[in-house]
Amino acid sequence: MTPDVDEALLRSLTPTVIGVLVRRGADFAAAEDAVQDALVEAVRVWPDEPPRDPKGWLVTVAWRKFLDAARADTSRRRREDEVEREPAPGPAEATDDTLRLYFLCAHPSLTPASAVALTLRAVGGLTTRQIAQAYLVPEATMAQRISRAKKTVSGVRLNEPGDVGTVLRVLYLVFNEGYSGDVDLAAEAIRLTRQLAAMTPHEEVAGLLVLMLLHNARRPARTRADGSLVPLAEQDRGLWDTAAIAEGVHILQAALARDRLGEFQAQAAIAALHADAQAAAETDWVQIVEWYDELLALNDNPVARLNRAVAVGEADGPRAGLAALAKLDPALPRHTAAAAYLHERAGDPATAARLYAEAARSAPNLAERDHLTRQAARLNATLRA
Amino acid sequence: MAKYLLLKHYRGNPAAVNDVPMDQWTPEEVSAHIKYMNDFAKRLEGTGEYVDGQALSPEGTFVRYDGEGRPPITDGPFAETKDLIAGWMVIDVDSYERAVELAGELSAAPGAGGKPIHEWLELRPFLHAPPTITE
Repeated sequence: MTPDVDEALLRSLTPTVIGVLVRRGADFAAAEDAVQDALVEAVRVWPDEPPRDPKGWLVTVAWRKFLDAARADTSRRRREDEVEREPAPGPAEATDDTLRLYFLCAHPSLTPASAVALTLRAVGGLTTRQIAQAYLVPEATMAQRISRAKKTVSGVRLNEPGDVGTVLRVLYLVFNEGYSGDVDLAAEAIRLTRQLAAMTPHEEVAGLLVLMLLHNARRPARTRADGSLVPLAEQDRGLWDTAAIAEGVHILQAALARDRLGEFQAQAAIAALHADAQAAAETDWVQIVEWYDELLALNDNPVARLNRAVAVGEADGPRAGLAALAKLDPALPRHTAAAAYLHERAGDPATAARLYAEAARSAPNLAERDHLTRQAARLNATLRA
Repeated sequence: MAKYLLLKHYRGNPAAVNDVPMDQWTPEEVSAHIKYMNDFAKRLEGTGEYVDGQALSPEGTFVRYDGEGRPPITDGPFAETKDLIAGWMVIDVDSYERAVELAGELSAAPGAGGKPIHEWLELRPFLHAPPTITE
């Protein structure tokens, strides 16, 4: 989209306008198409003729696009008549509409990849091209994925209640995809989660929002100029976004005070303890271990156990960490990397170097592979000297 | 223009001249190597010759159809398999000579001691769509 148009405004209005069209009787798939067409028209027209009422403009144009499409489709003649007879909408319950759209786009009948794509388009207002670029797939592929997703949920009524947990999992996936392309998916996930948090008082929505805010706050310190990873302990904490951290901690405290703990709140609490330390050495590892115990009590899973073992290594020493690690499946992702780290701290650089090299071979991404290779190289260089 | 695939092997290619495992380099040599590779891809984007590139995990599986109504058979990884692809780059260049020139540059990426690795890269032309004019 061109910079002449307030893209943020357009995108924030997208789910509301879809909601209005659906309320007027359009089915979701047709409403979504019509709103995308209206967005394209807005980008073309608004620079020269900025609307006084952007939302009203979008509703009018999207509705016209919808009617045009319905008329063009003679096989839908009957439904078009129904639509024409539809009474004018009452006072719009925009919040409820938008919330239902979140549920629909994260519907359990959708695969994770489909739910992510549909959420980014219908709730996030991104174009198919932008989503395709963000996920490094051809635009035609993404268009098909979205089209099939819309078919899958076409039988779902928009007023059906949904499970907020499914929505949170989708938003978490979007956030975790990071920021490789032109579209900043992490920032987009934060925007959508923030919007969701404003509509529902659910503690886990707050928990996920905080988790995102705190991890995103570290982003400027996470990579060097050449793209290489900087481990948490070595990050320049002066680069962390203190305003985002303060906001996150504030939201987290309010959520935790309601005493309905969930996994995202527990993970956010761990992130908050890291954010709270002025230097890596000041990290309250004992409390972090306690939070991992809370997390495991909520949902016992091997990844959390692995992270807990590393935290134990900091709280009680590397030997204790290695003992905790020894109880876990060595095939777990990052198990070897964690073992390498703890062996180095335990004063065994030769084993650590061997394990770092081994971990590099099974690294899940290039940045981690390069980082682990450098660690092995660093230790081998000192061993040679 | 003609597209070529540049294949980098974990194994299956003849040994490089400067054949030292990466974890035996210094960290600075590792960084210099990664920078060289990134700069190479960026430069090819700049000249309009870069198409795509990906690195692959060394761990893979062989899969084959096992008949109607049965799940596919999976097997491997086979230790005895000679060839193992580490990654690829697709370039779109004016001539075979240009493709060879670029592959040579990529093979000159610095390794141990900051010296070129002289790694053997495999250069494979794409089979293209038939041309419009055939006589």
